[in-house]
Amino acid sequence: MTVAMPKPDATVLARRAEIVAALKRIVPGEGVIASEEAMRPYESDGLTAYRELPMVVVLPEKTEQVSAVLAYCHRERVKVVPRGAGTSLSGGALPLGDGVLLGMAKFKRIRAIDFENRAAVVEPGVTNLAVSQAVDHAGFYYAPDPSSQIACTIGGNVAENSGGVHCLKYGVTTNNVLGCELVLMNGEVLRLGGRHFDAAGYDFLGVITGSEGLLGVITEVTVRILKKPESARAALIGFTASEDAGECVARIIGAGIIPGGMEMMDRPAIKAAEEFVHAGYPLDVEALLIVELDGPRAEVDHLLDRVQDIARSCGAVTCRASNSEDERLLFWAGRKAAFPAVGRISPDYYCMDGTIPRAQLPLVLRRMQEMSAKYELRVANVFHAGDGNLHPLILYDANKSGELERAEQFGADILRLCVEVGGVLTGEHGVGVEKRDLMPAMFSEDDLNQQQRLKCAFDENGLLNPGKVFPTLHRCAELGRMHVHAGQMPFPDLPRF
Amino acid sequence: MTETLKPRDGAEVEQAIKWAVAGGKTLEIVGRGSKRRIGRAAQWDMTLDLSGLSAVTLYEPAELVLSAKAGTPLAEIETLLAANGQELAFEPMDYGPLLGGAAGAATIGGVLSSNLSGPRRIKAGAARDHFLGVSAVSGRGETFKSGGRVVKNVTGYDLCKLLAGSWGTLAAMTDVTVKTLPRAETEQTILVLGLDDAAVGELMTAVMGSFADASAAAHVPAAPALRIAETAAAGDAVTAFRLEGVVPSVSHRKAVLEGVAARYGSIGTLDEASSRAFWRAVRDVAPFAASGSAGARDLWRISTAPSHGAEIGRALIQQAAAETLYDWAGGLVWAALPPSDDAGAGLVRSTVANKGGHATLIRAPAALRAAVDVFEPEAPALAALSRRVRESFDPRGVLNPGRIWVGV
Repeated sequence: MTVAMPKPDATVLARRAEIVAALKRIVPGEGVIASEEAMRPYESDGLTAYRELPMVVVLPEKTEQVSAVLAYCHRERVKVVPRGAGTSLSGGALPLGDGVLLGMAKFKRIRAIDFENRAAVVEPGVTNLAVSQAVDHAGFYYAPDPSSQIACTIGGNVAENSGGVHCLKYGVTTNNVLGCELVLMNGEVLRLGGRHFDAAGYDFLGVITGSEGLLGVITEVTVRILKKPESARAALIGFTASEDAGECVARIIGAGIIPGGMEMMDRPAIKAAEEFVHAGYPLDVEALLIVELDGPRAEVDHLLDRVQDIARSCGAVTCRASNSEDERLLFWAGRKAAFPAVGRISPDYYCMDGTIPRAQLPLVLRRMQEMSAKYELRVANVFHAGDGNLHPLILYDANKSGELERAEQFGADILRLCVEVGGVLTGEHGVGVEKRDLMPAMFSEDDLNQQQRLKCAFDENGLLNPGKVFPTLHRCAELGRMHVHAGQMPFPDLPRF
Repeated sequence: MTETLKPRDGAEVEQAIKWAVAGGKTLEIVGRGSKRRIGRAAQWDMTLDLSGLSAVTLYEPAELVLSAKAGTPLAEIETLLAANGQELAFEPMDYGPLLGGAAGAATIGGVLSSNLSGPRRIKAGAARDHFLGVSAVSGRGETFKSGGRVVKNVTGYDLCKLLAGSWGTLAAMTDVTVKTLPRAETEQTILVLGLDDAAVGELMTAVMGSFADASAAAHVPAAPALRIAETAAAGDAVTAFRLEGVVPSVSHRKAVLEGVAARYGSIGTLDEASSRAFWRAVRDVAPFAASGSAGARDLWRISTAPSHGAEIGRALIQQAAAETLYDWAGGLVWAALPPSDDAGAGLVRSTVANKGGHATLIRAPAALRAAVDVFEPEAPALAALSRRVRESFDPRGVLNPGRIWVGV
């Protein structure tokens, strides 16, 4: 654990009994958990290398309770960490020892399904998959489909702006939410958006989405639901060089085709996946593409033929199109099991998440191999090839001294490389704790200060999820100060009319 | 006449804003001014003209990305994209003729600042959904950036979303990056003729819930339909659905759509060229153009749940003799009201408040735009947050103060 969290506030810890009692008055019954044993399941999220017991866990059931808890904590200067299902891979829900862990798991009702307006109104604790299941009978679904969709919640999806394998064509969370109910740290309850498009004023819904629980707590979400595509087919395409696979992806998009999904795996990932699920992946290739087309059958067949022609012209050594739904699902089975498959060949693995301009892929893969040799750790790659989102899996053994630290350094080097080639630190997992201290690799001090000023407009005392996203915390008063130099217009050359 | 500053690059924009901050001046931020008449009519000390920041700085079609200086003409970008078989999928409308100005005068910065979109909004999203990265100068006179040039990015707050639709009240954008997408191989439009409100609503729901996958769905009542060349001959209201894609897909979905629509009314088809022209007219609300017969009317733009559009339209027709046009499967209502003392604000606001959504007074005399709320008023807690956010970018109120709301 190399990232330092804010120092616990001794004066808050000294008042723990009083704070727990006050919270019990707001959320009666079993909604407040204060025993060490019962809080243990909350000490970590999907980034398990980081652990911390919260001061107390609160599980509210109603918006008024969320509002009252936040207002109390705001007044009493107590920190709050919101949590959905705790599947964050970046430590976004890592508790604070002097903070309240606000679990939203009890908000699991689907409040309304509105086929006429193609919208569903759900509470934030509803799982991603449950939204699709609730509208499936009418042939609809909710498009963003992160790998953790069985477990992860819509509230967490909004906080992290989650993606999935279909987002090149259907967008990520931010493109698929219409409205929300938001509770600010001071307890105020706001309604943003609704079942209509676009904000009336500033697009707060857009900035809440992906804000990693630092701006407010969501108590209701309105999402768009889409008609399920009529049919889908996939092609499995193998290349002896990753350059050829990259060229194939570029030419598919260049031909005006936006596939429903376009995934790439490198040799170590192919091997691990094939040994695990026997999907029939070729083992003699350096890169494997899964390209899925969806829509009316006539369109899918037409475009799949074109994709295969392009693949052959790019030197594909294997190219198979699915001819049944079972076969299509088999093609995907290996990719979907890539993470656990890698888990079988290594005691531990560390999943990274950077985005790069696609054309840089061969360079990035080559440099990653050099890093792999330097850190003496293996790496397997799965890649959302359509949108440039790379998930290197670094293999290590936490029981061997120094391997976790080396894996973290290796991961940080990969993310710096992503920024160096024109990409970004995180495509869909969030900054959280994990990438917090890398933010200056991408942003200047002015960039980060402006982001923190925005935070101040939502949470003036910095009590909501502090220690995440920003490497250095400033007081709002300090950030708001302006250094103004009065005087003459300093640019006599500037054209004036 | 207000004095104008015309910086040539981002550094000069920063200088200009720093100077305004120091001197306590307010600035009107403009590109080429095509949307200058939208918003509260307010007075600013000087104009900051960003049209000098004009160049496409990066375009990689295979990466679906384009970067440009904020003052780059939209027309230049659209021509470049078209030459590569691509487009801005959100189909930004052109406000020029609606406001009595020239067509084709928009800049990319203006498009993003006002979060424009067109008929394809229902399928492809608005400008905000395609806005990947920005460099801008805040009202503090500090240059900051957000986002990047890749389509998938959650690094830090998404300030692009906040700047989209902020009408230049938070920062002056200097450089922007947008997502580009392939243009459909072909398109066709199916018209259903002469439907009444109730039938339109039912048909819209049926089509949008079918496999037709329409990329646009509009209802144009008889009077405005007469003012669009492609539908004038019908002599009646038209309900229109656009199908885009590869040829085999469009012909298949045409059959699907006709199957759904057949029992509602007689059906017509617009071929590719007519379809493009028709949707351009819907996009730009051509039947209500300033130079046309509805040109003297005050014009409202209302975003609501698709199922409520017709009811809102009906109320405005019955109570204020409005002319209406419906896009976004009913969710976008354009209502042109005969001139009145408040531009119909009282009626429009109460009607929309009942149904949910928001209304913007797009066109009205300056005196009215100074007297009534142009943008949807906000509830107190939300208004307070808007003010705090505005102050976090522009504490002295230098950039376009008063354009959206009084005192913001």
